[in-house]
Amino acid sequence: MSDYLKPLPKIDELNQAHWHGAQQGRLMVQQCKQCNTYRYPFKKMCADCYSIEVEWKQVSGKGSIWSWCVFHRPYFKGFESEMPYNVVLVELDEGIRIYSNLVGALIDELEIGMRVKACFDAVTSDVSLVKFEKDAP
Amino acid sequence: MPSPHLKNQTAVVGVGTTQFGRLPGMDTYDLGAWALKEALNDCGLTSADIDGVIVNRIPDYQRFSESFGLNPRFALSTPGQGRMSGVSIQIAAMAVASGMAKTIALVYGNDGRSAGDKYGGEGDRYGSGGAGQFFPYGMTSPGAVHAMMFARHMHQYGTTSEQLAAIPVAFRKHASLNPSAVMRELITVEQHQASKFIAEPLHIYDYCMINDGGVALIITSADRAKDMKKSPAYIRGFSQSSKLKDSTFPPDDLWYSAIQKTATDVYEMAGVKREDLDALMIYDNFSPTVLFSLEGFGFCKQGEGGDWIQNGRLELGGQFPTNTSGGHLSESYMQGWGLNVEAVRQIRGECNQRQIKDAKLIQYMCAAPLMTSIIYGKDAV
Repeated sequence: MSDYLKPLPKIDELNQAHWHGAQQGRLMVQQCKQCNTYRYPFKKMCADCYSIEVEWKQVSGKGSIWSWCVFHRPYFKGFESEMPYNVVLVELDEGIRIYSNLVGALIDELEIGMRVKACFDAVTSDVSLVKFEKDAP
Repeated sequence: MPSPHLKNQTAVVGVGTTQFGRLPGMDTYDLGAWALKEALNDCGLTSADIDGVIVNRIPDYQRFSESFGLNPRFALSTPGQGRMSGVSIQIAAMAVASGMAKTIALVYGNDGRSAGDKYGGEGDRYGSGGAGQFFPYGMTSPGAVHAMMFARHMHQYGTTSEQLAAIPVAFRKHASLNPSAVMRELITVEQHQASKFIAEPLHIYDYCMINDGGVALIITSADRAKDMKKSPAYIRGFSQSSKLKDSTFPPDDLWYSAIQKTATDVYEMAGVKREDLDALMIYDNFSPTVLFSLEGFGFCKQGEGGDWIQNGRLELGGQFPTNTSGGHLSESYMQGWGLNVEAVRQIRGECNQRQIKDAKLIQYMCAAPLMTSIIYGKDAV
């Protein structure tokens, strides 16, 4: 059906609100209903207060690059055609960290501390990935 | 900290290694059995003397014990992660010291090369079981995590890849003196810099190799150790700590504070100061791990590692000869086990061309989400 060859997220009960949000252009993460701690990666139980109650919250999508690397070796078939590619670890202003890609930037431009904002890449009709682009400093 | 009463109560009395490299047709059980036969021969014991077994990376202690004809009263399998070598050795020391077992065989087998392990891509399980969720972004492999940690070190402290090259260059020099090492051809800083990137900023020479091989250690009490074929390497101090909460992502301090905790405990238990050490065996899955370890264990200040490792400080003849076997980067990736064997062989004076003169105290250290350290001594003082 799709000629998209990269790995796709495994959407399940625990993360579907995140992927549903991404399709609508919103970055959704879990927040503990009891102690307000964000949970990312998504978890059934809060590691701080052990509550299993959770709310899905939209976060700003704004943050900065905590670190980066550039893949020169393909581990996934779908990425072979775009070697080398970057992966960034973004720290959102809410404190959550997330691995993603910086789009529309050259490798030489990757810089720790760079301000970025979320953008949404509809890679198939069912899935949008949360990526990042440069934001005004 | 483990009880100071455990200091020098146990010792490694036998070590065994297989060939390293590509050993097709042998699985982890075969490789472990080969190494254990060597280790028993090394100390003059037979399987009847073994009443404890810890297997690592070998999936099943039962199948291993059955195939080797063992009926231990203490048996355990530990997961195939490099951080578990130090953990396994410490558990063996505690089990022997407590009387749970008299003599424990620790057995490791790795058929990763023949089995086609890649440590990245669909089979990647690194991290807190969380790797898979980032595959859509192409994020995978422990190498990439360490690349990000090193990029951070570069940014915070001005460390360069050229400085980092001192580590693989030194270890390759050591491997050139080790007939068992897989990679023995000398490399230069220039070659390191010109080599291809895997996960930039790390070059291929910053990566350990995926190899087949097996390693075994025999640990017994200090009393029994005196009657063995060769002189013992006493387990003088050991400690652990971790940074497991939120460990899907690397911690802000690149493990520094948790490594420091491990360091404080191990030096206190062993009653040893850094400057007393004759050699270091540092877990080197990737070159930056060595840098983080040296800083965390207090050999230099945080951020100063890039400068500190220059001018042969880690080389034979330098202030702290490190990974004299060539380590994971050049001897073989035996997930910490080979480094512990090298510590024992140095203390016994069995290392020929790469022997450190009169080596008496050697520290093993592993920086990972679960950190360990062990200090071995020639004398039980």
